[in-house]
Amino acid sequence: MSQTALQENEATELRSRRMVLNMGPQHPSTHGVLRVLLELEGETIQNAIPDIGFLHTGIEKQCEALTWQQVVTLTDRVDYLSNLNNNLAYCLAVEKLLQLEIPARAQFMRVMLCELSRISSHLVWLGTHALDIGAMSMFMYCFREREEVLKIMEFFSGQRLMTSYIRIGGLSVDAPRGWEKIVKKFLDTFPSRVEQYEDLLNNNPIWTGRTKGVGPLDVNRMINIGINGPLIRACGLPHDLRKMEPYSSYEKFDFKVCTHTDGDVWGRYQVRMGEFRESLKIIKQAMDGMPGGAVTATAPKVVLPDREKMKTQMEALIYHFKIVTEGFAVPEGEAYVGIESPRGELGYYVASDGSAKPLRVHMRTPSFGNIQGLPDLIEGRMIADSIAIMGSLDFVLGDCDR
Amino acid sequence: MELLGNFFVITLVKTGLVAFILLTTLAYLQWIERKVIAHVQARVGPYRVGPHGLLQPLADVVKLMTKEDLIPDHVNPFFYVLAPFMAVALALTNIAVIPFGPAIEIFGHKTNLGLADINIGVLLILAVSSLGVYGIALGGWASNNKYALMGGLRSSAQMISYELPMTLAIAAPLLLSNSLNLREIVDTQSGYVLGFIPNWNVFTGGQIFGFLLFMIAAFAETNRIPFDLPEAENELVAGFHTEYSSMKFAGFFMAEYANMITVCSVATLLFLGGWHSPVPSEAGSGIVAALIFFGAAAILFFHAMHAARPFDKITFPVFGLIFGALGAVFLAGAFVWPALGAALNGLFWYAAKTLALLFVFIWIRATLPRFRYDQLMRFAWLFMFPAALLNMLITALFVALKG
Repeated sequence: MSQTALQENEATELRSRRMVLNMGPQHPSTHGVLRVLLELEGETIQNAIPDIGFLHTGIEKQCEALTWQQVVTLTDRVDYLSNLNNNLAYCLAVEKLLQLEIPARAQFMRVMLCELSRISSHLVWLGTHALDIGAMSMFMYCFREREEVLKIMEFFSGQRLMTSYIRIGGLSVDAPRGWEKIVKKFLDTFPSRVEQYEDLLNNNPIWTGRTKGVGPLDVNRMINIGINGPLIRACGLPHDLRKMEPYSSYEKFDFKVCTHTDGDVWGRYQVRMGEFRESLKIIKQAMDGMPGGAVTATAPKVVLPDREKMKTQMEALIYHFKIVTEGFAVPEGEAYVGIESPRGELGYYVASDGSAKPLRVHMRTPSFGNIQGLPDLIEGRMIADSIAIMGSLDFVLGDCDR
Repeated sequence: MELLGNFFVITLVKTGLVAFILLTTLAYLQWIERKVIAHVQARVGPYRVGPHGLLQPLADVVKLMTKEDLIPDHVNPFFYVLAPFMAVALALTNIAVIPFGPAIEIFGHKTNLGLADINIGVLLILAVSSLGVYGIALGGWASNNKYALMGGLRSSAQMISYELPMTLAIAAPLLLSNSLNLREIVDTQSGYVLGFIPNWNVFTGGQIFGFLLFMIAAFAETNRIPFDLPEAENELVAGFHTEYSSMKFAGFFMAEYANMITVCSVATLLFLGGWHSPVPSEAGSGIVAALIFFGAAAILFFHAMHAARPFDKITFPVFGLIFGALGAVFLAGAFVWPALGAALNGLFWYAAKTLALLFVFIWIRATLPRFRYDQLMRFAWLFMFPAALLNMLITALFVALKG
């Protein structure tokens, strides 16, 4: 046998010894039920195939069986870590079809709560990401702060997670008395907590060793796959729908789009840590400039009437009866609204045939797009890196599979 | 004959006592770890079983023992069963050569605090703890599970790599003491320089770097964070013990904690002066322990008066009384019965130093992230190994110039 043939033979024999590791769907670090088939050579990943769909709940199809307003409750369950952003995207799409004018107070409330929701979502990301890399105390610290955000959510809507607070036409109810105090308390404590996190992680050589230079991806490749949000901002592209296509009066707020140049796990970490601070800035501005007035649009056919009016006025009672029993009709047409969720562009496409139920609701979810980048990011790296990279992608499988 | 009889009786009693204390410590180390980490993480930790969760270890033992002893179909049954027993047996063997305190006299018989006083104690510990890797590697291999296999592989590579810097770090104090007998090594560290600096290897022997290197290698040897790659639960599910349950899992668990106790004991004996008090006896080293216990008792009584929970009004004074009684015993040892005082003080300082080091282990676990496999190897061979070698060479030069 010639030398080259021998080498080739040896090479094929080595290749045939690759191990296929089935990571997930029951694995502590796949953040839910993602399954990744890894082809390993030693500890190095040669080939990775993500397998999604284990959390498919058929939400898109279910939407077609509910009235327009009822669908809001389903949108909570899509990306359950930042449910208010889902509420908002859906409501904005439907309001576009209805051509509703949302009062300024409701818009500011929406912005404030969406930013709180972003903070809570990023806290879950930071906690689980640090836990994946082994810093297990971070998880507890982050959940301690998330608890504060959830308490605020409960204070506003009565629910911690599935708030459904943002409704078509405005908000479900006005903010309860004393909300400024509880939000202010959070604003006062949280900045120092972010500094504590950075104290724990930023100068830790193990943390920087595990994140710096791990899993970078080219901007063009990201655009081609459809990755956006903090991941693409970490590559230096200031792509943020809050700035580019302002919705819900984001144009009135002064904040900067956090970017980083490295595009690796460290860059994504830095971008999200920056977003904590920017979100706080937005919440503060929203609180300070909160307008008065109603939190629902003046659209009696869409928005439930005031309780008091319903009991005293015949017309209001009729509207109430109609909306509750058969819902409201949305003019024929289709609309798409994309917003900046904590994970990237979250778009809702709604189509109506003029009836009280949606003809089609489709979600363009950021997690679905971001998981596309997983094979590119983890091939050629070690198992430990794949865990760090998966954590940095910050996907929610409910968001991906819906 | 009588001499031999006494030897057997004393050895049996000592073995029984040491085994009992060691196993209790193992169980309670778990409780301490859970409590300490919980408080670092702003939680309370075990709380339900007994006052402040003090009976939690007992509940854990009962749970583990009554669980079904499962042997999956796809494993290699012989090695699968052998591995945890090997791990725990080897881990517990080490304790046999570790001395806990000075030689004492009981009923006219002179005996050492410690099981076996052999002249190659350090060597035996190194040999037995190197064998410990077999338990983990075999467990990973016999489980016939990919995660377990990778855990086993990682652990073999890691423990063999860190064995080297650890041995080199140990070699420096051996050179200073010119002995392999742990008791003699401790005895050379007695006394004080300038009247107040303890003559421990870590201070006067200049082994501060040796001590740190040893501790880092010890973290890797015992598979603790930041070197817990063999069982990295976020990467390998549970690593080498993925397929283990019930008492076989407990075996690996006990082995890990026993190894921790062993390395902390060795660090205490080699670097921190063993059972020698950090306070000279002229400054009243005899009553320091008593004062510490009385202080603890006072704190407990104070908190009992301001108890937040009803049952704290009972549990705190009970613990306060126990600590107070211990303090009284130490006080009696200092003033009434010097022989008892010497033995108790030796035990106290040995236990205090070892527990302090164990606390560092737990503290680090709550703080640091985990290394990546290649970083771990690079750290071992490019930093630890040369540093330990340099430390040993400098110490050797120092000893040669001095002698």
